[in-house]
Amino acid sequence: MELFANQVLAGIATGAIYACMALAVVMIYQAIDHLNFAQGEMAMFSTFVSWQLMQWGVPYWGAFVLTVAFSFAAGIVIERLLFKPLAKAPILTNVAGFIALYAIINSVAGLIWDFTIKQYPTPFGSSPFLGSQLISTHQAGMIGITLLMLLLLFFFFRFTRVGLAMRAAASLPESARLVGINTSWMIALGWGMASAIGSIAGMMIAPVVFLEPNMMLGVLIYGFAAAVLGGLTSPFGAVMGGFLVGIFENLVGTYIPGVGNELKLPIALALIIVVLVVKPAGLFGRAIVKRV
Amino acid sequence: MTAMLNVKDLRAYYGQVQALHGLSFSLNEGSLTTLLGANGAGKTTTLRAICNMVRSTGAIEFEGKPIGTRSTENVVRLGIAHVPQGRGTFTNMTVEENLQLGAISRSDTKAIGSDIERMYEHFPVLKQRYTQQAGTLSGGEQQMLAVARALMLRPRLMLLDEPSFGLAPLIVRDLFRILGKINREEKVTILVVEQNAQLALELADQAYVIETGRIVMSGNAKDIANNEDVRKSYLGY
Repeated sequence: MELFANQVLAGIATGAIYACMALAVVMIYQAIDHLNFAQGEMAMFSTFVSWQLMQWGVPYWGAFVLTVAFSFAAGIVIERLLFKPLAKAPILTNVAGFIALYAIINSVAGLIWDFTIKQYPTPFGSSPFLGSQLISTHQAGMIGITLLMLLLLFFFFRFTRVGLAMRAAASLPESARLVGINTSWMIALGWGMASAIGSIAGMMIAPVVFLEPNMMLGVLIYGFAAAVLGGLTSPFGAVMGGFLVGIFENLVGTYIPGVGNELKLPIALALIIVVLVVKPAGLFGRAIVKRV
Repeated sequence: MTAMLNVKDLRAYYGQVQALHGLSFSLNEGSLTTLLGANGAGKTTTLRAICNMVRSTGAIEFEGKPIGTRSTENVVRLGIAHVPQGRGTFTNMTVEENLQLGAISRSDTKAIGSDIERMYEHFPVLKQRYTQQAGTLSGGEQQMLAVARALMLRPRLMLLDEPSFGLAPLIVRDLFRILGKINREEKVTILVVEQNAQLALELADQAYVIETGRIVMSGNAKDIANNEDVRKSYLGY
């Protein structure tokens, strides 16, 4: 029983990484109805920016705030320059755009900061959390930050006028324009927010996976999986999906014989597919009630 | 009386297909006008052209200002509320959120709460359902909600596209009664597009009849209703 509890706890700790990234994935999906394949690279680039600021002597939280602001602005700029002109293009054109952006950001980061692995600091320290060997203070801090972001997003979408306008623009663009909402700017704002959330995810993840241009490769896939599992329409679902993927992965590795580190991830992903076959909208995806 | 909305030589296109062929009409301030015509005559396109939701040429003036080149949301922000065909309800949001959205472009946020209360007086059924997902409302209730949402803009002009579509006759009567009341009491100029000519002519004071993208008849609603030739050839009752 203690083994089980420990593995769940360790799963939650890894899951926090996925949850962080899944939150950014859902954010952009809400705004543009697509998955942004370059999301992870954008987060990686932001993390490098914060690292560079710290190298220049900016203290951690100063660099953190500056990076979030930079990422928000950069997200809006990318949307205005690249994806606004593609708004009416077929989905595949957009996908090509995402992939191009992915490759460009990855190479540019490699060019500026090279591909060697770099240490990245944590503001929470890395001692055992409450005496547990399985979860460090950094991981606990990361879980805390993820839940805080989730809470802020919930309040933003539920109780602010801009949040309401964004939801309206995402669900019915034509009706949104007819109540006077500038839907085009709502999409840009969605990009900005997704980019900002991604940067926070990057800065939280970097101390665990180390900083380098390919750090997000695996994380983004699990972030996608987590978001799809939880339901792409639900930020809460995305976070829960992240934790669940982390827990699955650990339990499968512990309890199914012959499953080592190599196999536990594919098995976790296979489990996700099983869940989606039963519940296509994801575990927490909103089922929209319609009366005809 | 001054014309609030002036439309001159309006031509609209869907791709290569021309849907309106030089349509001209005007609405007097405070009037309740109906635009009648058969399926495919161009009624919906006319409303969509006013809000710049379809490619069009010609002159559209609202309160003396040309609005032809403004984006949809900026036309709406001038005080032109448009209740589209199919109602455009935000089905996954609550009734109250739908009403909030109607007022989303207003800057006088303090008055929004009292306006919502006023909508509940016009449409008591919405008050009983204000926390409900709008998609769970019946067709008639959703149409009431669409009208209430449009009124939340505090519009000077309201465009309604086939409000009677798919509703039971009794509910249509109720809805039209409320529209008349809004026109008189709230001084909202209304343009309503209808296939249900008989009811629309009872409600309206002015009427235009449109056929294949052109105005073929205009005048006092009562005169048109009483003109047997017009009724037979264009309105089909």
